[in-house]
Amino acid sequence: MSAMGGDDGRALRRALGPAGPELSCEECFAELDRYVELELSGAPADELIPGMRAHLEGCEACRSDHESLLALAESGG
Amino acid sequence: MLRAQAAAVSVLRRGPPLILEMPSPAETAETAAGPDAESRAWVRSLRARGRTREEAIARLHDLLRRAAAFEIARRRGSLSHVRDDEVEDLVQQSASDALMAILRKLGDYRGASRFTTWAYKFAVLEAGVKLRRRAWQGREVPLEPERWPQADGGPSTHEGVTQRELLDAIRRAIDSELTPHQRDVLVAVAINGVPIDVMAERLNTTRGALYKTLHDARRKLRRRLRADGFALGDELPAAEDG
Repeated sequence: MSAMGGDDGRALRRALGPAGPELSCEECFAELDRYVELELSGAPADELIPGMRAHLEGCEACRSDHESLLALAESGG
Repeated sequence: MLRAQAAAVSVLRRGPPLILEMPSPAETAETAAGPDAESRAWVRSLRARGRTREEAIARLHDLLRRAAAFEIARRRGSLSHVRDDEVEDLVQQSASDALMAILRKLGDYRGASRFTTWAYKFAVLEAGVKLRRRAWQGREVPLEPERWPQADGGPSTHEGVTQRELLDAIRRAIDSELTPHQRDVLVAVAINGVPIDVMAERLNTTRGALYKTLHDARRKLRRRLRADGFALGDELPAAEDG
């Protein structure tokens, strides 16, 4: 399958979710603070917490929490 | 007692916060170095007794109130129809519920991040959930697909044809492969964009439980599509809000 874009591609992504293994919402919440600080420090957060990136792609609510916590931590709290 | 302290202490007499609805797996990730000095001081103060603890709770409540206000300010657009005083109530409730959750889960903190970052996530979660639920208050949850791309006009590229074929196959698989519950959750959350916390509230369950349902439904769809000859990989574009 070629790379997909546009409304159709986004609809497909929302319906099918991430392809690989992913964390659950509970695991995501448990790791979220560490993940954000790893990101801010420039550490390979996705290697250190496998499955987090896939979950953030698949779960809009957790993605929103992640964006907010990252912004909050970046702002100095 | 300071006003903030009084507010903080008063929340201890209220009902359980939203966060308590979520199962609590053990946080096993512990940094080799352990918590920094400031984080250790937070934990020590919150575990102390008397005035030291009360003052730490008041400081924490203030911190959480600012974090909740930060989150709600970022998402204020979805609450444009809500009065400012009600928004302030959401901020206060979020901070108070986050405080309750933190005090209850203090033993889970292992120093994998700064204490304040750990604490902020509770405020962000509480504020985000309350905000999304408030924004959907009184609205019906649509259980039939509303956000599929329009078919009129038709695709003009090979890629578009493939995508449209896939969408058609997904529509069929939703009807043939999913249980009624899986179908409702997938259609509402993944297709119609209903916030999962709103759906969880309507179904009297948790975000985590609903996401598990969504995950299982997605796996069924992928399995059906592969069986039908579609090659699915990681190359689907990133999901976007809206």
